[in-house]
Amino acid sequence: MMPLTGKKRTTAAADPCCCSDAPGRGDAAASSCCDGSASGGEDSGQPCCGGPQAPAASPMARPGYELHPFVETFRTTLAGPVPVVRTSLDRRDFRGTLGARLGYGRDGYRVAPGLYAVGRPGPDSPVLVTADYKLSFDALRRELSGIDAWILVLDTRGINVWCAAGKGTFSAAAVARLVEASGLARVVSHRRLIVPQLAAPGLDARDVRRRCGFTVMFGPVRAADLPAFLRAGNRAEPAMRRVTFTLSERLAVAPVEVYHARKWLWWAALAALAVSGIGPGVFSLAAVWERGVWLVAAILAGLVGGALVVPVFLPWLPGRAFAFKGAIAAGGLGLLTVLAQAAWAPAAVSSAGRLAMVLVAGSLGSYLAMNFTGSTPFASPSGVEREMRRAMPLQAVGLVIAAILWIISAF
Amino acid sequence: MRDMRYLSGVASISLDVRRCVGCGLCEAVCPHGVLALTEGKAGIVDRDGCMECGACVTNCPTGAVAVTPGVGCAAYILQVWLKGKAKASCC
Ligand code: SF4
Ligand code: SF4
Repeated sequence: MMPLTGKKRTTAAADPCCCSDAPGRGDAAASSCCDGSASGGEDSGQPCCGGPQAPAASPMARPGYELHPFVETFRTTLAGPVPVVRTSLDRRDFRGTLGARLGYGRDGYRVAPGLYAVGRPGPDSPVLVTADYKLSFDALRRELSGIDAWILVLDTRGINVWCAAGKGTFSAAAVARLVEASGLARVVSHRRLIVPQLAAPGLDARDVRRRCGFTVMFGPVRAADLPAFLRAGNRAEPAMRRVTFTLSERLAVAPVEVYHARKWLWWAALAALAVSGIGPGVFSLAAVWERGVWLVAAILAGLVGGALVVPVFLPWLPGRAFAFKGAIAAGGLGLLTVLAQAAWAPAAVSSAGRLAMVLVAGSLGSYLAMNFTGSTPFASPSGVEREMRRAMPLQAVGLVIAAILWIISAF
Repeated sequence: MRDMRYLSGVASISLDVRRCVGCGLCEAVCPHGVLALTEGKAGIVDRDGCMECGACVTNCPTGAVAVTPGVGCAAYILQVWLKGKAKASCC
């Protein structure tokens, strides 16, 4: 079967031409190319009509349906044609990944649920189940080069495996439904599914078997371990069963928080500038500029401390509670901001104001770091709740005292 | 994950060893190695490592494990406090 999206066209000679005034062509050449019998001897170098010709439509293309760039071809099975997906990611995938990681276009970044294939799978090939979140799907297929397998993509509403399991969309019922709907029993002769381990909170393996006759084996936590898992006869080493939270994993989830901050950052900055104008002269625009920028800098220190420094330096920051780690990291950055202020514009902020700057940074950073618990694979709800009950009053008090100090420091 | 620990003494996990049939599923699904089989019975070997994901509870055939499951997400818990469980959302 032919590739669907390959940029196969190579020779300019094969270009039919549709316009007679192509540069460098005589009328004779034009007429000969317009009847579709374009001969060689192309010397114009430029095909006419705006660049190279697109490949012919795929026989699989249907009106109203779009073929995804990651679909390489189709494989005919007893349950109908199954799209075969590439195991390499291209620019479009990376752009989408970036968008999803940063938080814009994060919602609805999904692939259609159903059965897919990689390589040249047959009736004995393994069936790997995953979520319809494109990042989950991409993470899986990129690890499968050189492997023949079926991929069953579950409708998890565009949510990753772990969160979907928590929400109940990655469930035994959903798996059983899709096994039926996709006709999987006709495609493979065995009755085994490999499900990501992190689906286990929402998926009862025995329930899948009861519902559709397929036995669930929990695969490794990370897709990267799948080749080794399959090679070892579907056995996971203990290390494959443990979640990790490496620097790159932390960096991958940190930007979302920073991106979300844009919603309130402008308002916080505006409020900081407004408060800074209050002073002996009722309201002074000069003070808004002179003092306000430093309060805004303290807010930024809080944001960077809580949403970036904490994720990156998580294992090395003191304490267990995220709120504490955040207060330390952001408070430290607040201190640096004060030092910068003292060096740059020593007269702009008094010592009470400097204390306010550190408090603003520390409280904000503490709150943001606490929010980061949700992105980690080890914070328990009981722990987060306890932490919140203790830290949130302190964070609020910190901000209120900071505001009072800041206003007082103007007089 | 030994280098990254969360608060001690808060995890709500409990195990009723009498009901355990030693199938090993809880050991297989736990992403933190909290549960392990010794001499055919499951045991809690690292209580403070538990993140209360509920994978062990969902898959234990005899109901020997219990935990108050949930997501350790401050934004979610805050929403539950403010709007109630039905309207809160996360992830
Ligand atoms: S709730 Fe999750 S982390 Fe805790 S013991 Fe069970 S599987 Fe392990
Ligand atoms: S899943 Fe339940 S029955 Fe099986 S080993 Fe664990 S506690 Fe025992």
